[in-house]
Parts: sequence; C-alpha cells; structure tokens
Amino acid sequence: MNLQEKIEDLRKRTLSDLLSVADEKTLNNLRTVMLGKKGELTEILKGMKDLTNEERPVIGALANAFRDEFGAKFEAKKVEIEQAVMNAALESETLDVTLPGKAQKKGSRHILTQTQEEIEEIFLGMGYEIVDGYEVETDHYNFERMNLPKDHPARDMQDTFYITNEVLLRTHTSPMQARTMDAHDFSKGGLRMIAPGRVYRRDTDDATHSHQFHQIEGLVVDKNITMADLKGTLDLVMKKMFGQDRELRWRPSYFPFTEPSVEVDISCFKCGGKGCNVCKHTGWIEILGAGMVHPNVLEMSGLDSSVYSGFAFGLGQERIAMLRYGINDIRGFYQGDVRFLEQFGK
Amino acid sequence: MQVSYKWLKELVPNLRATSAELEQKMSTSGIEVEGVTSPMEGLSKLVVGEILSSEDIPDTHLHITQVNVGAEESLQIVCGAPNVRVGMKVIVALVGARIADNYKIKKGKIRGVESLGMLCALDEIGIDEKINPMKHEDGIFEMPADAKVGDSIFSYLDMDDEIIELSITPNRADALSMHGAAWEVGAIYGLPVQLEKKDLVEASESAASKIAVKVETDKVPTYKIRLIEGVKIAKSPQWLQNRLMNAGVKPINNVVDVTNYVLMAFGQPLHSFDFSKFGSDEILVRQAKAGEKMTTLDHVERELDDSDIVVTANGLPVALGGVMGGADSEITDETTSVALEAALFDGTSIRKTSQKFALRSEASSRFEKGINEGTVREALDFAAAMIVELAGGKVLSGVVESNDYQPILPKVSITLSRVNSALGTDLSLETVEKIFVQLGFGVEVEGEKFTCEIPSRRWDIHIEADLVEEVARIYGYDNLPSTLPSSQNAGELTQMQKFRRTVRTGLESSGLNEVIGYSLVTPEKATEFVGQLETTTLMMPMTEDRQTLRANMIPGLLDIVNYNQNRKNADVAIYEIGNIFLPNPDDIRPIEVPNLAFAISGNVVDKSYNGQAVPVDFYYAKGIVENLLEAYKEVEFIPSNNQAAMHPGRTAVIKINGRVAGFVGQIHPATAKKYDIAETYVAGLDMQVMLEELPAQTIFTDIPKVQAVHRDIALLIDAEVTHAQIVSVIKSSRIKTLSQVELFDIYQGKNLPAGKKSMAYSLTFQPVENTMTDEEITAAVNKITKNLVEKLDIEIR
Repeated sequence: MNLQEKIEDLRKRTLSDLLSVADEKTLNNLRTVMLGKKGELTEILKGMKDLTNEERPVIGALANAFRDEFGAKFEAKKVEIEQAVMNAALESETLDVTLPGKAQKKGSRHILTQTQEEIEEIFLGMGYEIVDGYEVETDHYNFERMNLPKDHPARDMQDTFYITNEVLLRTHTSPMQARTMDAHDFSKGGLRMIAPGRVYRRDTDDATHSHQFHQIEGLVVDKNITMADLKGTLDLVMKKMFGQDRELRWRPSYFPFTEPSVEVDISCFKCGGKGCNVCKHTGWIEILGAGMVHPNVLEMSGLDSSVYSGFAFGLGQERIAMLRYGINDIRGFYQGDVRFLEQFGK
Repeated sequence: MQVSYKWLKELVPNLRATSAELEQKMSTSGIEVEGVTSPMEGLSKLVVGEILSSEDIPDTHLHITQVNVGAEESLQIVCGAPNVRVGMKVIVALVGARIADNYKIKKGKIRGVESLGMLCALDEIGIDEKINPMKHEDGIFEMPADAKVGDSIFSYLDMDDEIIELSITPNRADALSMHGAAWEVGAIYGLPVQLEKKDLVEASESAASKIAVKVETDKVPTYKIRLIEGVKIAKSPQWLQNRLMNAGVKPINNVVDVTNYVLMAFGQPLHSFDFSKFGSDEILVRQAKAGEKMTTLDHVERELDDSDIVVTANGLPVALGGVMGGADSEITDETTSVALEAALFDGTSIRKTSQKFALRSEASSRFEKGINEGTVREALDFAAAMIVELAGGKVLSGVVESNDYQPILPKVSITLSRVNSALGTDLSLETVEKIFVQLGFGVEVEGEKFTCEIPSRRWDIHIEADLVEEVARIYGYDNLPSTLPSSQNAGELTQMQKFRRTVRTGLESSGLNEVIGYSLVTPEKATEFVGQLETTTLMMPMTEDRQTLRANMIPGLLDIVNYNQNRKNADVAIYEIGNIFLPNPDDIRPIEVPNLAFAISGNVVDKSYNGQAVPVDFYYAKGIVENLLEAYKEVEFIPSNNQAAMHPGRTAVIKINGRVAGFVGQIHPATAKKYDIAETYVAGLDMQVMLEELPAQTIFTDIPKVQAVHRDIALLIDAEVTHAQIVSVIKSSRIKTLSQVELFDIYQGKNLPAGKKSMAYSLTFQPVENTMTDEEITAAVNKITKNLVEKLDIEIR
C-alpha cells in the first residue's frame, strides 16, 4: 500500500468506527488513537520523508482534508451524544404534570367592599370626592336637616335605633349631605361627593331584611345644577355598572329631602326586559332613589336656594350585589361563611 | 288604595285607557300602581240559577234542589245551606266550575243522591272574610230577584271590575280617594273630571233646635253635625255593596255603608251616631281626661289620656275623635235618628292616638296624612242626601257646626326660566301653562311668571319646587334631557381611604378573607378584648345580641370563626376593617375609630401529597402583622400577660414609634372554649395610629457599590433572655456598618446545659465607600460579642 492508500484506508476505518460510537469516552479515545501524537495518522505521515517533492503536497493535502473531515464529524457526533445523554436525563426527570400545584393562600375582598370600590372608581373619574361619615349621628343631622322635623310621619320610632333622644344610629347616609354642605367652601366652586357607609334600621334580620346594611349617598350642589344633570349622571353610572345596553325608567317618588324626587328602574340585566324571576316578571328592577335637593335642605346649610341647586341619590350595595350575583339571603353578607367569601376572591 | 276601574270611568267619562295602560302611565307620572287584579280571576262557570224545588233528605241538614240554570233541563243539586228556599235566585257552580282556592266542581254523589253542581256562598267564590257581609253559617248568597237565569254572575256582583292597587307616597294622600284618583287620572291624560252630585232636600225643622256643638280643643279646626230622622236601617242595594267590597270595605247597613262610600269617594271620614243614645242635646269635643274610659266600636275598653281627642255627649265619650266611634252609640237595626259627623282632626294628634292603641282605621290613616279641607261640608251634605235616598227619613235643616272653616288656598309663583333651569329643559310658556291647567290649578300668567292658586285637594303643594315637580311629572321624567354637570374638580381618595385599600390588599395577599361583622353586639363582647370602658348602648334594643356598639372587633370575628367551624369549615383566616366606638368626653356622639382586626384558626397550609398540614401559630400571626408594618421605622412587640381574654404567655402589645397601636396573640383557651372554637390567633390594630405614624414617603437609598460582608455568631444564653434583648444589645454596639441582624437558628435541649439556649445570628456589614478589611470586620464582630458578654452574660460558641 502506498501512503495515499494507507490514508484512504485509515479514513474509511475511522469514519466507520465514528459511526458506531455511543459515548463521549469512546469518542475521545477514537480521536487519540487516530489523530493523537502517537496516533495512526501520525505514524502514516512519518513515511512522508520518502516521498518526492511532487507527491508531498498531494499527500499533505489529503491528510489535512481527512483531519478536517474527521474534526467536523467528530463535533457532530459529540453533539449527538450529549443530546442523547440530556434526553435520557430529561426522561428520567419526567413529572406527572396533572398533579395539583403547591397551594398558595390568597384572601378575598368582601363583595360589598368590591361593589363599593367599583362605584367609588366611577365617581372618582367624574371628579367626586369620597367622604367617610359617622355611623352614630344626631337626630339633628339624620332627620331635621333632612327636612324631617320631629313629628314627621316618615320617622317613626320603630325604624330607628336611638341611643339617647338626640343621638341615634344613622338610618341612611343622607346626613352626610348636610355635613358636607356645612363644611364645603362654595366660594371655591361646587360640591360633588359620594358618602358610602353602614346604616342601621330596627328590622328583624331575615332573608330580605338586615338591621345593618350599606348605602352610598351622592350629592352635587352648585349653581345651575339641573334635573337633566341628575338623569345624565345616573344614566352614565348605571350603564357603567350594568352594561351599555341597559335602559333606565324614571318614576316620580317621594323623599322628604328631595323635590322633585325620583325612583329609577333599570331594564332587567338578566332577561333584558322580557320578564324573569330577577325582575319579578316586570322587565324592570328598582335600583335607586334620587331627586333634586329640597330647597329647605339647601337653606338649612346656609345656601341660597334661588342661586344654588343640586341633586342627591342613594344606592344600596347589598341590593346591587344581590341582584347582580343572584344572592337570595341578605344575611349571607354578614355570616362570613368561608364558602361565601371565597366565591368572590379575585 | 284600591281603585275600581268601573267607578273611575264614571268619574272620568272620556277615559279610554285600559287598566294596563293606566298602570304604566300612572306609575311613570307620580302614583305607583302595585298591580291590577279582578275579583273574578280564577273563577269560571258560575251562573245565576233559580231554585225550582227543594226536598229535605231525612235525618240530615241536606236538601235536594232542582235548579233552573237556563238549560233545557233543570239540575239536581244537593245543598246543605239553611236558607235554601224555592224561588230563590242563587249562584250555581256548574260541573267543571272553578271556585275559591282553585277548587274544581265535579259531578258527585252525596248520601247516594246525584248532585250536578254546587250552590255557593260568597266565601266559596273567593270573597275575603274581611269584606264579606255574610257569615258562612248564614248560608248561600241570594242573587237579586231580577237576575237573569243562566247569566254569568260576575256582572251582577261587579266581580268583572278591575281593581287598580295604588301605592301612595306620604305626599300624595290626595289620591286616597276616588275623587282624588280621578283628578290625578284626569290631569295625566288631560281629561275632564265629572264628580257625583246630589241635591239635598232639608226638612223645615231645624237641627239646631235639637242639638248643639261645642269644641274645646285646638286640635279640631271644624266639627259639623247633621241630623237625619226617621231612617229605616236595612241592607244596602247590591251596587253599593259591590262598590264597597271592591274598595276593600265590608258592607254593614245602609247608613254605615253611606259613610264608608263617602269616605272612599271624597276621602272625608264621617261618623254616624244613633242620636237617641246620646241622652243629651249637646256634643262637646275636647281632649280626654287622664284615666277616662270608653269602649270603641271594636268592643275594646280603652283608657284615655289628655293627648286623645274625644267626642262626648252627656259628659261621656261617644267617639275617639277621628279614630273610631263608641260602641254605645253605634247604629243598630233599631236606629231611627242619625247624627252624622264630618270634622277635621289634627293629624299629629290622631297619629299618636292610633299608634298608642295600635288602632289604625280608614279614618285615622287619612287624618294622619291629611285630607281635603275644602270638602268637609260637601261630603257631609252628600252623605245626608244619600242616606235619605237609601234609608228614607228626612234631613233636618241646617248644619250644626263649631265654625264654617274654609282653608286658605295657597298661591305659588314660578317663572318659566326657573322651571327650565331646574329641569334643564327648554319648555315653552304654553306647554307649562297647559300642564298647570291640566292639573286644575287656577293659573295666571304675567310675562313669564305663573301664579298658581292651588286647590284644597292638593295640600302637598306649597313652594316653587313642588310646581317644578308637577311640571316634570306631567311632562314625563323620561322626556327630560340627559346631561352631565360641567366639572372642574379632580376626584381623589383621602389618606385614610387610600390607606384602607393598601391594608386590604396587604392582608388579602397574606391569605385573609375580608368579612363584615355587626357593629351591634352584646355589652360583654363590646369591650371583651379591650378592658373596662364606657360603651354606647341602645335605648330600646331589639335583641340581647344587638344592643351595644362594639369597642373592638375581635368578638365579631370569633363569632364568624364559630359559624364556620360549626359548618365544618375548620380553617378560617379572616379580617375586618371597620369602626369601633369609644367614649367621647367632649361630645354626645362616641368617637368612631377605624380599626382592623384579624383572626386565624385551623391550618394555614393544607395537608397534601407533598407536605404536612401546618397549623397556625403565634409567629404566623405575628408575621402578618410584621408584613403589614414593614414600612414603619420602629415597631416593637412587647410581651403582655394581663389581657384577660388572651393567652398570658402568647400575646404581644404592638407599638409603632413608641405609640401603642394594638396587640397580637393567641386567645385564651377559656375564651376559645366560650366561643366554641379551635385554637385561634388574633390581632387588633388602630388604623388611625397606623396612618398617623406612616412614613410620609419612601426615600430612595442608592444601591451600595461596595459588597456587603456577612459574619455568623452563635451564642449560649439563659433561656429567659429574649430575642429583642439580644438584638437591642447588638444594635447598641455602635457599629456604623452593621446593616442587618438576622436570627437563623435557635436551639434548646439535648447537649445544652439546663436553662440555656443557643441562638445563632447572621450579621451583615454594609460599608458605604471602601471594602472592609478582615481586621475591620473582626474588630466589629469582637466589639459586638464583647458587648453581649458584658450585658447579657452570654457565652460565645
């Protein structure tokens, strides 16, 4: 065999061996045996000195080509082996991904708080301030300042928790109307506020009555506030809360502290007005009471009712939440059953 | 108020709207309609029959009747009524008929005798006991003699009428009468109203010659009497009975029925006395005397006081004025002379009396809410004429009265521009004027100013805003434009409101569910975790459980833990943010302090395939508090062993910047037992203090460019020495670069001397500019350990 044939023979054997290599150690070994300092190729190339000047570069080129080829195939084989090793390892690490994850404790916000915050966001966006009120009120603010003088039929003792003859648990959030009007500096512009909070009535607790519940009072007082402004405001708020395709119905009503007074119905969000159990088959749901602030209420806060006017409204969080989520028993809000609370976790 | 649609159509003859249309229109223009019903709803196959023969079934109360119902053959019907009579017109429920309570009539056999239907009493066709003039034992109902055999019975009894149920707000008591309802319907449709009129013929003899009237109280603005003599008491004609029943009133006799009819028509309460029972020719109306007694028409003896108004004759009360007549002067079948009263009684006074006696009559409820003061005389005259019409006799001439009171009709003015600026509309002068005319107001227009004379039937209208409401409702609320007020303000939460939201988010991310408890609790619970203090208690609580305002929120949370654990929800982690109520020496109102509290019971990590369950412990609860108070400069937990409801060894008072802010710990096992709950950890914090001590703003500190170094030290110390003491000594060693002290190991027990424990701390040194040399670090650590050895007798291990 001449040199050329020897190299070709080595090449064939080497590449053939390379093909069957299955682990990194054998692979490295092969390289040493073939190409190392004492390797077969080195041995073959020792015969170069006997070659003619014409033959030498040819054999040199042949040897280099073989080295390059081996190098490339070696690297490819190495990657292949590493991958196989990795794959085997990964396979051994396989998990049952359908097992439950590690439980994370997370709390929930009460649905009445969520409802309140949602309403607060809407009004904040319209430039209202949010006022925290007193739950224990005076007769003066709860009734008299709301145009309910002492003998008014609408303030029967039965409905009110009195602490003394002059101090009581507020029966509505309306006293915050008088309190904020008293405190507001109208020389710096109009007033717009909502006042959320707890209110209390002498009611026996059952599925539809609670001696403690929540209201949100709203009040806007300025020059040139109109009933159209009341309609526009509530229309916007109700559609944000219950959907843009809701319709509103406005019915005259009576509250001692507003004139004109209005009760607002929205078209049923469950059946769309066709009639169902939520709207008691009327297509409409009574959702809030409102009206233009009674001139007496303005005057008692020292406002000239021929210059200032305003509107007020009251929303009930329990009612809204009950309607929206189909809650049938008002006591559920206060019992704190974990199974109730967790349904409203965000 | 029940409004008969048939009667209403007589009063508003041009009314074309159906009852359903009326319901919609009235509800959106001022008076809510609760619903429309018909007395014949659910009834069928009820016809007029005539009894042709009646034969008794021996040894029973039953009769076999042959009844003509207009068919070719008469029907054999077995009937047990005592008043069955040949020739009587009766109500026949045919086979297949539906009667009261949806009962279906079937062909049947009674005592072996075939019966093809049923002869009915009024209760059997659904007439409620409250308005039924007959008792069940009186037997079957007798139809009018001229009723046509085979006809449906409904039109004879006006059961084909429709009853519109009005829900009247306190300001619209004017609609508590048919005339008022008619005016309202006329106004909203722009239709004329035609009220009933009667010509009163008076006899020559004068009433004043037989009776005098005197009023000695300012609570009765006017009191009027007419005398009618020679009446014959009998049943009222069927049409009147029908009308009363459809109005929800039980027919009694022709005199009482007239007073009730006029009450329903005019809204004017009247009372009829048997004049012969007075034993006196003077009626005196006065405040009752304390202890004075009388028996009212409902046969209850009542003891009066000087806030009640009485009508007296011969020194004795004959009526509780404006509320109920007396039993002694009641109209009976023997009555021949009637003293008919029409008066005005003060509403507030009537309200007090009827509340005190829990005696609410049609009369008292109307006086409470106000009546039309302009038609007292008209109603009286109408009733007198109608009594004579139905019961015969004669009306003596003249009204005997305390005065000829007439209300002053208020004049209320408003300009067109005020109307439009209040409503945001652009209504024309003509539109607004037309509305006032439609309402029956006497309106004068001068330029753009309207002056309305308000009729006495609308006593709710006094001021400009009332006129605005009238215009708005007749124009239609739905027709008003919809605009938004122009805004200059930016809405913003207050500091406390923002803080509450932040705290909520923090607590929820610690796994707590928000609850809302009751503010009213028992007096014991009100102060249970805060020690003795003055509480705020209701004057008249409804139940023992809800009488005192809470001065802390933890008992409410424990009740909720109990509620859950009773229902097998063993793991409970809850918090509440709300107000507590503390004594206030400077005001009649208590101070309301925003508070937060939480309670955790059961496991905080559930048992699962990859780990054991972890029950809540003190450090878990404390960790939540620490998380919450991370931003504060100085937070201390001071052992507290003197809170009765808390575990003496597992409770800490929490101080923020030296101020007491609350506490955290395990509730006393005795407390847990009392509440019937498992081991529970709680915390209560004053949010006012938390907010006041909250650092104004986070100031950014540059990230140090130099690496921090850590050194660990292990200490052997007396078991009583607390972690806080050790940290305090370490920190007092004046090493500027010391930035963090962290406990990473604690051990007590085997291999250690008794009464000793081992604690290991990791110290972090963070130099600002230059890296610390080994010598510097060693010097710092030595300074610290020396300090510990000197102050706490610690052995460095």
